[in-house]
Amino acid sequence: MTIAVAILPEQQLAALNAAYRKAVARKRLRLLAGLALFVAALIVASIGAEVNLRTLFTYFGHFISYFDRILTLDSGQRVWTNFGEWFWGWHKWLKLLGETLLISYVGTLIGAVLAFLLNFFAAENTSPAIWLRFTVRRLLEFARTVPGIVFALIFVIAFGLGPMAGVLAIAIHSTGALGKQFSEIVENADMKPVEGIRSTGASWVSCMRFAILPQVSAGYASYALLRFEINVREASVMGFVGAGGIGQELIVAIRKFYYSDVSAILVTIIVTVFLIDITTGWVRGRLFGREART
Amino acid sequence: MSKPPQVDTAQIRARYPDVFNRPASSRLATPSMLVAALAIFAFGLVDLDFSPSRLISGLSQLGWISMMMIPPDPGSSLPLYLKAMGETLSIALLGTTLAALLALPVSLFAARNVVPGIVRFPIRRFLDSIRGVDTLIWALVWINVVGLGPFAGVLAIAVSDFGAFGKLFSEAIEGADQKQVEGIRASGGSALHEIRFGLMPQVLPVIAGQVLYFIESNTRSATIIGIVGAGGIGLQLAEQIRVLEWQKVSFLILMILIAVAAIDFISGKLRFAIIGRRAIA
Repeated sequence: MTIAVAILPEQQLAALNAAYRKAVARKRLRLLAGLALFVAALIVASIGAEVNLRTLFTYFGHFISYFDRILTLDSGQRVWTNFGEWFWGWHKWLKLLGETLLISYVGTLIGAVLAFLLNFFAAENTSPAIWLRFTVRRLLEFARTVPGIVFALIFVIAFGLGPMAGVLAIAIHSTGALGKQFSEIVENADMKPVEGIRSTGASWVSCMRFAILPQVSAGYASYALLRFEINVREASVMGFVGAGGIGQELIVAIRKFYYSDVSAILVTIIVTVFLIDITTGWVRGRLFGREART
Repeated sequence: MSKPPQVDTAQIRARYPDVFNRPASSRLATPSMLVAALAIFAFGLVDLDFSPSRLISGLSQLGWISMMMIPPDPGSSLPLYLKAMGETLSIALLGTTLAALLALPVSLFAARNVVPGIVRFPIRRFLDSIRGVDTLIWALVWINVVGLGPFAGVLAIAVSDFGAFGKLFSEAIEGADQKQVEGIRASGGSALHEIRFGLMPQVLPVIAGQVLYFIESNTRSATIIGIVGAGGIGLQLAEQIRVLEWQKVSFLILMILIAVAAIDFISGKLRFAIIGRRAIA
């Protein structure tokens, strides 16, 4: 059996082709204009950022050789041939790593509690007053837009060097980020239970406690775990400005060209981030099933 | 008014024993987890040198600092700050573009429906390790390579976003409809044709949305990489904080807030224009 593909007569085909080309031409023109604009922006940006391709090409070898150097021990051997030598400072590093984890844990917890206290005021459906919602929202926005490390820089001056500044910086940033996410969950919550509880004459606090909280707590925990994961990464660089954790050791190693130390600390950080990712992913899966993962 | 029905608790207890007499393991699970969480928290406070006196003196110090921040005032360095802001925006734009261009081909090799698992696995882990390192660390590495300045910032953002884009793009590719690829294959297209005409038209809008979103979030990262010397407004910010010029600091923070809000606004509009409202997850 053969099926012939119907071919339209020449005239009709030409007309259709012309119409098609016209339709496509407009779209193509818009695309080209957008592209030209984008390329122009890139050129302006590359002048602004002092991009120098020649520098890149001359120094790209340095990038490769940098990795070559950080993977070489003082003795000239490759790092993995002598683990004892490579991770000579593991005792100190593990302790600092523990400090980093503790910084992010305490910071996340403080941030989550503050966000929990504030988010009901920020959500559209539960906030008791408009002015309150506006204020809380602006506050949260400020807390998450100013980068954590800027807070850390300021806190180091106010509270002195050390992990306390890092914890507070992470706590503030987490409050801002989690407050927004929490209030979005609340906004998606079903309001019928609230009406039910309010009809019994309950106060605002009871409404939140018995109608909203049971619906949203799983989502809260999920977001808080995700934030913890992000904060571990963030805490690993808090030491750059003197706010504690492993970052301090890393920046010293980089600045003083202790090459093999750099790679050892980097590997430690990467492995930790992996482990935290996997563990929190597993915990989230256990607690809320896979669909709660966002 | 009718009286609410009387409930015979004893009978209900007898009927649902496992609701009222749960085993100790399930009754104690939540409280013990809470206690553990609090114990770690308390240990953390002690171990990280939290003391009420330090907290109070720090807070009063902070109060002083915020008093001195008002009113925000750039002094005579406004042109310098505007230039630094432009530098930051340039870093974000260039870094993100470079990362997207590099990540697109690599992400194909990390997608389940394009390559077999044996290729995918090492590439995924490679992308993960790049992502596991913070942008600031990449900035430090690049400073060692190309020297201080915004160029190091561009490269740092490009590398750290390369890891994120690789993952996001490959997920977008995995989410694409296979039928169109099969159609191309059925008409005799090569593997490259399959990607070009079957996959790309589906994933490009998603990818464009993600790239725009990252330009916006990179404006935030770009504001801080100057703290380690990789150019942009962070450099000015860190310097002014170090010399305790608080009015300038608050002005710079204000500038960052406004710039981020503006970029948010513009890229939101662009995103909707490119992919339409519904496609944004």
